[in-house]
Amino acid sequence: MSTSVAVIAGCAVTTFAIKAAGPVALGGRALPGWFTNVIILLAPALFAALVATQALADGRHLTVGPDTAGVAAGGLVSWRTGSVIGCVITAAVVTAVLRAV
Amino acid sequence: MPAGGTLEAMTSGDEPGRRERFREGMRAGAPFGVAGSVVALSFGVVAQGAGLSPLAAIAMSAIVFAGSAQFTAISILAGGGTVGAAVLAAVLVNSRFLPMGAAIGPSLPGGPLRHALQGQSVVDASWGMAGRGDGTFDRWVLFGSTAPQYVGWLGGTIVGALGGNVIGDPEALGLDAVYPAFFLTLLLGELTDRRARIVAALGGLIAIALIPVAPAGVPVLVASLAALLGLHGASARTAAIRRQDEPEEAAA
Repeated sequence: MSTSVAVIAGCAVTTFAIKAAGPVALGGRALPGWFTNVIILLAPALFAALVATQALADGRHLTVGPDTAGVAAGGLVSWRTGSVIGCVITAAVVTAVLRAV
Repeated sequence: MPAGGTLEAMTSGDEPGRRERFREGMRAGAPFGVAGSVVALSFGVVAQGAGLSPLAAIAMSAIVFAGSAQFTAISILAGGGTVGAAVLAAVLVNSRFLPMGAAIGPSLPGGPLRHALQGQSVVDASWGMAGRGDGTFDRWVLFGSTAPQYVGWLGGTIVGALGGNVIGDPEALGLDAVYPAFFLTLLLGELTDRRARIVAALGGLIAIALIPVAPAGVPVLVASLAALLGLHGASARTAAIRRQDEPEEAAA
């Protein structure tokens, strides 16, 4: 239990500090154009990296498994319909079915 | 009542239409709240395999409210890692909120304390939706879209933590595919032009290249450097507009 409390407290304090630091550091200041150009592109870079690490990594190993196929199927649904709920349900169902067979 | 009055005085007048934009944010955030609740449900189940009690799992979602950091921290605990290693990995995964927060800073009113507090409302989907596409952000859309996501995240964790025995094995249900699929939807929403697609491909490749050699969190942080392609943004954008214009002129 003390391990859980320490991890939760550690994550809570650091998450608060990180989320506070960004807005405080550049609070209210007008930003140069080059900075804005980089900021706009942060989202595709970060989201692509999050998808890659979560769909392809098992610890430090690169693996293509049922979950990879499920995520791809979910992406297809998201792309065709724009529905995030349809996307995650498809991802879960495809992954579960592939694991079951 | 005085607190409500202060809030009114702080926010009214200078920002007409903030209620509408908050509601607009809630409508945009609601599907992500529902999807996030499925992710949180799997977190509630998986956390117990890492030694967290149901109450601890619920408390973590209520206080920390950062999905990828929570999953990373408990996966390190489950693998026998120390508290320090789990927290450090969570910090690295959360480090993407530094550039995200820096991006919204100029769009927020008030001094450092209010900036720090408003910064807590940044989660991935809200940050993406609150962006106006010109580098500025609508904070009421941000707050509005985060609200249903917080409710979904906490609610899903409660169901998963208390009903884990009924739900069964999260991997057999494919729940581990839900979180990356969620991010894939966010990614697709960002691929609006050629430059964004190139940066996304580069970010993904950097992450894949680093997965075998770097600790959890580092691949995502380093992949954010792909956004530096924006330093050539002005010229590239002008060139792209020229390329788009030329065929039209030729056709006309």
